[in-house]
Amino acid sequence: MMNIRRRIAMVVLAFLAFAIAVIVVAPMVGSTSISLSKAFGRSVDWNENVDAQIFFVARLPRVLSGALVGAALAAAGVVLQALLRNPLATPFTLGVSAGAALGAMVAIAIGLDVGWFGVSSVPIASFAGSLVAIGIVYALATSQRRGLSTNVLLLAGVTLNSFFSALILFVQYVSDFTQSVRAVRWLMGDLDVGGYSSIVAALPMLLAAFGVFAFLPRTLNLLTLGEDVAAARGVDVMSAQRWAFFSASLATGAAVSLGGPIGFIGIVVPHLVRLMIGSDHRIVLPAAALFGAAFTVLCDLTARTIMAPLELPVGIITALIGGPFFLWLLVKRS
Amino acid sequence: MAARQTIVTRLTAVAFCVAACTVFVSHAQTNPQRIVSLVPALTEMLFAIGAGPQVVGVSSYDRYPPSVTSLPRVGALLDPDTERILSLTPDLVLTYGSQVDLQTQMRRASIPTFDYRHGGLDHILVTIRQLGQRTGHINEANALVSGIETRIQAVKARVVGKQRPRTLLVFSREPKTLRNIYVSGGSGFLRDMLVAAGGEDVFEDIGRESVQATTETILIRAPEVILEIRSENIPAGAELDSELQSWSRLSTVPAVKNKRVYFVTGQQMTVPGPRVADGVERMAKVLHP
Repeated sequence: MMNIRRRIAMVVLAFLAFAIAVIVVAPMVGSTSISLSKAFGRSVDWNENVDAQIFFVARLPRVLSGALVGAALAAAGVVLQALLRNPLATPFTLGVSAGAALGAMVAIAIGLDVGWFGVSSVPIASFAGSLVAIGIVYALATSQRRGLSTNVLLLAGVTLNSFFSALILFVQYVSDFTQSVRAVRWLMGDLDVGGYSSIVAALPMLLAAFGVFAFLPRTLNLLTLGEDVAAARGVDVMSAQRWAFFSASLATGAAVSLGGPIGFIGIVVPHLVRLMIGSDHRIVLPAAALFGAAFTVLCDLTARTIMAPLELPVGIITALIGGPFFLWLLVKRS
Repeated sequence: MAARQTIVTRLTAVAFCVAACTVFVSHAQTNPQRIVSLVPALTEMLFAIGAGPQVVGVSSYDRYPPSVTSLPRVGALLDPDTERILSLTPDLVLTYGSQVDLQTQMRRASIPTFDYRHGGLDHILVTIRQLGQRTGHINEANALVSGIETRIQAVKARVVGKQRPRTLLVFSREPKTLRNIYVSGGSGFLRDMLVAAGGEDVFEDIGRESVQATTETILIRAPEVILEIRSENIPAGAELDSELQSWSRLSTVPAVKNKRVYFVTGQQMTVPGPRVADGVERMAKVLHP
């Protein structure tokens, strides 16, 4: 027992150290080199201090939003894979991200130009869209019998995904050319949030989801063995599933509204972590969240430097780096 | 046997194409009387050179001149309605260069097309002349072109020798934020207009029409003027103030520091047509007041 606890602590600490190192180093690196002493120094006025503005306005919000989005998507991936007992599940499987995307598309297409406290209508509409999708999927999954049917959940989610995707295409088709371009760009993911207000807006939802995640690992371990086994071990299966579903969906909705539907993190990171450290959710869940954060920040760092001053959409990088890396690890292990 | 049939079919198709091309050439000799335009910029040109009465259909995005609003709409760049176009029995269809399928369909129906792609400022003038020739309004087209040239020359003469402010030319941005900022690179008609108006594009070294600029690159390139182009108007007051306010976060940028962030709005700024001289004059007024 002591051994396992120690192992958990060691592994999580190692991942934490890695994530912190990446998050600290990433804002120092960019297409141009900046002087840290000037950026942090008080000798130069803020309105004259280019280095400080590059650090605090351009880079730090990007790194922070990348870390949050990556952690949320990776952790949501772990939770949903356990909940659905399906290794192919991703945060985007249950239609939440498609709902979020539809919300964003509608906001872009009708040119909804409202914004509150520096958060534009697009993230707000996309979060609203994800809530609608969560509501529909949950209502469908619980309509059949008492409790939550994970089969119905999965099928309803997949169907809703296709349905929303069709609506997204429809909205894009009827909107004009510049709006379509903007919409397509949104779907590739973008972490250049240009300030802290959108991060602050997404933070309460993310923290609530992470708070629930903290209580989930033991239950997830039992759920992966099957609902009956879990029930026999004293798990209130229905309530556990409900918590897992809502927290993972909330994390996904908030992450997508902040950075767009950045693909691949939610499926690759959980599996990468499992290949590295086994499948105990007490380790996998925190490790995946930390590794997801570091991975996304590194991908975004690549996205903003590799073709500088041009910028690549981060969603392309996550798939281009994550895919081959994952396959390599898979082949090496077997 | 089947193969031979295919060959025969292909040969017949080739023969049809040749015939179509012949028709195309012979049509081109006479002045078209029923023109369908799928490109708003070209529609504006047609009306400006007096070929307006020959236009029988326009794209769904055409707004100018106001008389186009009563004309039948035939779709646009991505969704041209071939059936409607054919039902208008056009004798010339103006298409965008990438509408290859539509061009093929028109060729099959023996309807000549005029295929256009956006280019620089010079390309606008060349296109006006070409349309003049094609529609039998050579003199009007020449007069229009020299009118535009004179006005642009006048602007150039006014700004010559003045310091050319390094300008960030923004044509798209997520409202109220600094996300998804798309700016002009070193090519395209907007960049040409900026140069004619006495400015210098801060992304001149990137040979593209459109560049996604991150806040970091904007901070580094430190433009002296930020010029936002919008096709729709922004009412002055709170709306405009809050849009300008978005930039205040980049307060080291000279344009922001010296309050030289401007909105230049209106369709004449975004349509590479005969109103381009208006656009150059308005840009120059902002850059060199």
